[in-house]
Amino acid sequence: MKNLWEIFYKGLFDQNPIFRLALSLCPALAVTSNVYNALAMGLSVMFVITANNVVVSIFRKWVNPKVRVPVYITSIATIVTVLILTLQAYLPDIYKELYLYLNLIVVFAIILARAEVFAAKNPVFPSFLDGLGMGAGFAGAMVFIAVVRELFGNGTLMGMPVFGASYDPALIMILPPGGFIVIGLMIASFNLIGQHQAKLKEAKQGSDA
Amino acid sequence: MEEYLKLFVASAITNNMVLTQFLGLCIFFGVSKNLNASIGMGMAVTSVMTISTLLAWAVYNYVLHPLGLEVLMLITFVVLIAGLVQLLEMVIKKHAPALYNMWGIYLVLIATNCVVIAVPITNAESHNGFMTSFILAIGSGVGFALALILMASLREKLQYADVPKSLEGLGISFILAGMLALSFFGFSGMITL
Repeated sequence: MKNLWEIFYKGLFDQNPIFRLALSLCPALAVTSNVYNALAMGLSVMFVITANNVVVSIFRKWVNPKVRVPVYITSIATIVTVLILTLQAYLPDIYKELYLYLNLIVVFAIILARAEVFAAKNPVFPSFLDGLGMGAGFAGAMVFIAVVRELFGNGTLMGMPVFGASYDPALIMILPPGGFIVIGLMIASFNLIGQHQAKLKEAKQGSDA
Repeated sequence: MEEYLKLFVASAITNNMVLTQFLGLCIFFGVSKNLNASIGMGMAVTSVMTISTLLAWAVYNYVLHPLGLEVLMLITFVVLIAGLVQLLEMVIKKHAPALYNMWGIYLVLIATNCVVIAVPITNAESHNGFMTSFILAIGSGVGFALALILMASLREKLQYADVPKSLEGLGISFILAGMLALSFFGFSGMITL
């Protein structure tokens, strides 16, 4: 039971796709200028990564290792197409706004990486949890970045004003250059926390010995 | 003619793939540690992007669109580009080993990359004609190479700088890219399409 929890949990922090593995950064910058888009994109990726992990895991015994990558890519492309058609039918606004980046989910390194590293070697349920955890880590990071950018760049959250009318928004935050700078600083803070934890651990081990 | 020139400059600079649309960041941050590697990568991306855009344009306009199979666009393009890259690699390895040594390894890396597949998708979505697609592909490729080479030159200088420990590596590279994006942003009023 503890193992299953760890499989899920590692994607959230220790191996966070965006801040730790630095994979699939394109959408992390492109659609995070407001929280709503970031949430939609994060959930879409979460769906694709989980579904693909399950599919790959089910078929892992029948796929010849030599052709595994094309098989995975075809599977991902199919799932993404299903997702896009669904969004187009039920949430046309999001579809219009995110069209290009939704298509590009196909080539996100993180999805292929999870299929290759985890789902191809593990049973269905752990693979499902792995996908869910990685997806949640991705979606969480997206929303986190978007909250910072929208709050400072526009003074709103999910379109609702937070700071009141007197707030003069720092426009750079929602422009492309701001995206790079915000993520740079966030990666640095994650590293800082990681270093601090490592130091604490060392000190603890020192006192134990 | 003027129209195409405008389109070229717009896709290379004002709508730069990397710095304003955030495509191909994995390559952008992965390869820009080294100037020579980024020149090779820039050439590989530009050529693959141009060839695959033309091929994808033909497939979309002569096969998928007439048959009403636009739904299969994504799968077709991904397989098409991956296959093309594999083929290109084999041909170059056999017939131009010198060229292969120079940028052969980068070819494999871009088989499934967002920067290469984005241009065909954009073209298909806005129903661009042949010439427009072609110029858009070359412009985007050149813009990508330009950003990559600039970034690599900056990062080579950065190696001698004293950076705070937590910012080292990816963190400072992102901030640097932000500065670069800011300078490209200065061109934004130059051309409106």
